[in-house]
Amino acid sequence: MIVDINFVGLIIASIMASAVPLILASCGELITERSGVLNLGVEGMMIIGAISGFALMTVTGSLIIAIFGAMLAGVLISTIFAFLTQTLITNHVATGLALTIFGIGISAMIGKNFVGIPGKEFPVLFEGLKDTIPLLGPILFGHSIVFYFAFALPFITSYFLKKTKIGLIVRAVGDSPESASNQGINVRLVRYACILYGGAMSGLAGAYLSMIYTPQWIENMTGGRGWIALALVVFSTWNPIKILIGAMIFGGLTIIQFHMQAIGVRIPVQFLTALPYIVTIIVLVVISRDSRKIRLSTPSSLGKSFHKDN
Amino acid sequence: MIKIVKRDQPSKAIFFFTPILAIFLTLIAGGIIFYILGFKPFEALKFFFIVPIADKYGFSELLLKATPLCLIAIGLSFCFKSNNWNIGAEGQLTFGAIVSGGVALLFYDQEGFYILPIVILAGAIGGMIYASIPAILKTYFNTNEILVSLMLVYVSKLILDYLVVGPWSNPEGFNFPETRQFSDSARLPLLFEGLRIHAGIFLALAAVVISWFVFYKTYLGFQMKVSGFSLKTAKYAGYKGKKMIILVFLISGACAGLAGVGEITGPIGQLHREVSPDYGFTAIIVAFLGRLHPVGIIFASLVVAITYLGAETAQIFMQIPKYTGQVFQGMILFFLLASDYLLFFKFKFIGTKK
Repeated sequence: MIVDINFVGLIIASIMASAVPLILASCGELITERSGVLNLGVEGMMIIGAISGFALMTVTGSLIIAIFGAMLAGVLISTIFAFLTQTLITNHVATGLALTIFGIGISAMIGKNFVGIPGKEFPVLFEGLKDTIPLLGPILFGHSIVFYFAFALPFITSYFLKKTKIGLIVRAVGDSPESASNQGINVRLVRYACILYGGAMSGLAGAYLSMIYTPQWIENMTGGRGWIALALVVFSTWNPIKILIGAMIFGGLTIIQFHMQAIGVRIPVQFLTALPYIVTIIVLVVISRDSRKIRLSTPSSLGKSFHKDN
Repeated sequence: MIKIVKRDQPSKAIFFFTPILAIFLTLIAGGIIFYILGFKPFEALKFFFIVPIADKYGFSELLLKATPLCLIAIGLSFCFKSNNWNIGAEGQLTFGAIVSGGVALLFYDQEGFYILPIVILAGAIGGMIYASIPAILKTYFNTNEILVSLMLVYVSKLILDYLVVGPWSNPEGFNFPETRQFSDSARLPLLFEGLRIHAGIFLALAAVVISWFVFYKTYLGFQMKVSGFSLKTAKYAGYKGKKMIILVFLISGACAGLAGVGEITGPIGQLHREVSPDYGFTAIIVAFLGRLHPVGIIFASLVVAITYLGAETAQIFMQIPKYTGQVFQGMILFFLLASDYLLFFKFKFIGTKK
């Protein structure tokens, strides 16, 4: 069997493209969780980003306004979550679920008039270089700016958490809000910021879906990717670099399904689709059974409310 | 000047008043959203909350939708009261439907009084098996039950998808993704001619009564309550924490599984891809809105069931997307959680000093 090397490159590129929204949303959520907040509203924030991006693109005609508008929409919707969990000290799990349910609903309402409208072409970079290098050409070149940003983000996130002072503060707040607070850190403010940042990244992930990946608006088009992003954060054991690996596996399984069917490998599609979820559970079990490991990798105060008595 | 003061004790009156406040605020906010989107707010709200239940058929539909919500929420209240975050009821419902549906398919060409009880039991067991996964992983491997139960929702839906497309699909069904119709003996009896409301509602009512008894009249209920307030206290009192975690998950799984049985042996009559319009997730809202109290959950399930019906009616009459129901569900929970603040804090008006 002769395999065209550029065809392999194209498959890898398509896997990477499908991993983009997962990387963006997961890296955002990772920062949120590192500050001790569990936001289950990723799916909701993502879909709000998707409709906002698409609607703004259609109405204003500007891709830049649309992309930043989608991020802003993510920030706005996550403000609800931040206000409830941080100011009114509500339960993270319930509030996050409400956010997802609300987001899916409101996006469909806004999107009513945008169904069936064709999207715009999104400019790609380095298009001309695609054919210069075999295999690597299609992988490295000819993608949108969001694509390149997504693949840089895990490294930026890792650097931010490990090497910068603000990153250290974020981790301190997540690992021990009490001592952070005693050190004079405004826990609530840090958590607000991390939640809003997570919202922005989820919004961007949604915009990528509706503007670049499948440029159109379909109700409920995120199709559970927000939940996968949440799973990825756990899968990565809160390590941004591993998100990259995880997103490639998760994204790859979706793409490989099509090709496996094409070449006639008889494994049920559903089994492959379910695999990432099962793997996530296994990873969770492996890291959790060792209490030392879980303490090293999980933000200790994850999902717990913090209220400073005045 | 207004000052926020912490209450010495959570207010009991406000505890039961805030759900009503939350519903009221949701209606106002819903009206505003309708107005912004260019609908007449009062007309839209009327189509949403009054028209769907204005006749006998509508009322039957309301009970039909409220039944699984109530049943699942009752089960979840066992978990939530004892601080166990089972958010995978949707998966337990689906797996219950798969197991009971599989059993029902074994008897597809048979009649007999014994079939229905077996099918119902199978559904409860299916739900329990599925709920036991996060429970066992939590107790023995210290694994986060929120994430595990959530992941399993997707796995169960994919198993169902695989079965109805592949091995269980109807051989005479022209490759539609659905199984054979169940035999009449595997169907829950309808309560009234021409209406879809079925005997499954008695399962929900039984769950309400049993849960009330367990919560308020048994030692187990007391243990759950203590564990919910403080896990440390529970440990100190020597409660068997692990056993209780598994027990509440099993109860909750059984309830969700039964809700699944109710759907497939009630209105649906076979297995296909969509056995539940996210009842398992929505029931979480119901459990909260009902304040984890059996009677509260009955009312809450009726209120939330209206959002399902309202969305359908509004879609037909006003071309509002059916997902609008979720806007209301989300808002109810937002407002409820927000108004919980009043439980623990109160506003004090003090004169401004100069």
